[in-house]
Amino acid sequence: MIPEILESELKERIAHAITPREAAVDVMKALQRHYGWLTDEAVTEAAELLGLSTLQVEELATFYEMIYRRPVGKNVIHVCDSISCWALEGETLLACIAEHLGIKVGETTEDGSFTLLPCCCLGNCIEAPVMMIGDRVCGRVTPENAFSLIAEYLNGGGSTHG
Amino acid sequence: MANPLLRHNRPGRVVTFEEYRSGGGFNAVVNGLREMTPDQLQQVVIDSGLRGRGGAGFPTGRKWSFVPRDLPGERWLICNCDEMEPGTCKDRFLLESNPYSLVEGIILACYAIGVRHAFIFIRRGYEQAADNLRRAVDEAKAAGFLGEKILNSGFSCDIELHLSAGRYICGEETALMNALEGRRANPRAKPPFPAVKGLWGGPTVVNNVESLANIPDIILNGADWFKSLARIPGAAGTKLFCVSGHVSQPACVELPLGVPLGEVIEGSCGGMRPGSRFKSCLPGGASTPYLTAEHWELPLDFDTVAAAGSRLGTGGIVVFDQNTCMVAATLNLVRFYARESCGWCTPCREGLPYVVHLLEKIESGDGSNEHIAVLREHLKYLNYAFCALAPGAMGPVEGLLRHFEDELQEHISTGRCPFKS
Repeated sequence: MIPEILESELKERIAHAITPREAAVDVMKALQRHYGWLTDEAVTEAAELLGLSTLQVEELATFYEMIYRRPVGKNVIHVCDSISCWALEGETLLACIAEHLGIKVGETTEDGSFTLLPCCCLGNCIEAPVMMIGDRVCGRVTPENAFSLIAEYLNGGGSTHG
Repeated sequence: MANPLLRHNRPGRVVTFEEYRSGGGFNAVVNGLREMTPDQLQQVVIDSGLRGRGGAGFPTGRKWSFVPRDLPGERWLICNCDEMEPGTCKDRFLLESNPYSLVEGIILACYAIGVRHAFIFIRRGYEQAADNLRRAVDEAKAAGFLGEKILNSGFSCDIELHLSAGRYICGEETALMNALEGRRANPRAKPPFPAVKGLWGGPTVVNNVESLANIPDIILNGADWFKSLARIPGAAGTKLFCVSGHVSQPACVELPLGVPLGEVIEGSCGGMRPGSRFKSCLPGGASTPYLTAEHWELPLDFDTVAAAGSRLGTGGIVVFDQNTCMVAATLNLVRFYARESCGWCTPCREGLPYVVHLLEKIESGDGSNEHIAVLREHLKYLNYAFCALAPGAMGPVEGLLRHFEDELQEHISTGRCPFKS
């Protein structure tokens, strides 16, 4: 169950939408922030808030890259594997981060702190290779600076460039 | 004034509302509402020759004119900020420095078309741009450029932001409308076209960020001025080119349309990086067939690049050097499209993974001439799909077959990728 204050925020967002359904992605993102991932309970809650069936919510939840219908770690690391990052050794970067974390791409570390995922173009191609930690997009990432960028993010400060 | 798009930029920070105003910002709204009818304003945009900057290059004013003036019911303008074409980052680059040109362009477009509510559809990962736009919309409203009866005219307009959750197909205008409506973002059949039946069934125009950001200065300075900015006759305006890959200084720059490819690389990006020689590039994002060294002098404009067998697209130039395996590059590109397929139609959902499989066979050294023949056939088969994703995915394959057949042959005859050590 989401807390009342979140519920009333979402109800207000929905009330201001031209149709309730237009708010669906915002509702899913908010519920995911609360639960850590979009749980079955969250899908039901979203459906109730939006006046949709759970199937209509699932159609959306299973479509989008940033909506997780499986558990993820506390922090999700996305590494771009599109062409500009590929041209600047993005594949190597992804493999190095995976090795350092001790997991395969797509997996979560045992302590639950990180999930590592590839992603498509992050729209920062002139600063390739690009990585996103949480919602911070970092450019000019290398195997050497990747983990200090991640550490800086976790400490609540730091930069977006290597 | 040679750089209408980037002229308001300040080094290292976002331009302020006051600075934008003092640079002439929102004067087009003041003048336009006072001196021009919607039809007149629309005509200036048509005469300017502005073509869509999101990839398709359709004339912007002409797209606006497709919305019937007399059709009843609410009509919509959507700014497409779902920039996810690999190699393309110009809209982020613009909005992280200056959100106001877009806001002003939207207001002018709404006036021309008769739109009360506009949306800016923003991709995931562009939260900074969204924050800038939220603030800019609030400031414009506070200054009386948005809201009810703007500047005491009969024209009212408001702008809402809609944030996406990440999927490439949302940049396709009909899929975008489905996404905005809160539906699964498969594309829609056309006809009916969005101008007649789009968002929530109403007449809708979808324009790219850069297209709309060009409108204020076009209205301020006129159609002839805009045409005069281009390097070659028949072209109009400037373009944001984002250059990435094996250049010394990857950069997003504003240059006249018609600028030669080599001049972009040498003049604005410091040339090729040390040790790299130019081999090939994507001229306009992931779906555009490769250009090669023979195109070094090619003027970059919609018609000229099309005549060379490719497309200007988004102007996202990705440069490859002599050590790049073009089979591997093509494999990376088609893998992207296969993964991003929405799954709705058979040729895309089934055909793209099969093309990936063929390229994997060739790249791993397990290819044959038969694979090349089948790839060539798929250029035909995947030209017919429910939307332009599958045909776009075949752009790099077309480029590979056209320019790099020798590399394909070398993979096959040696049974390995010649670029892997």
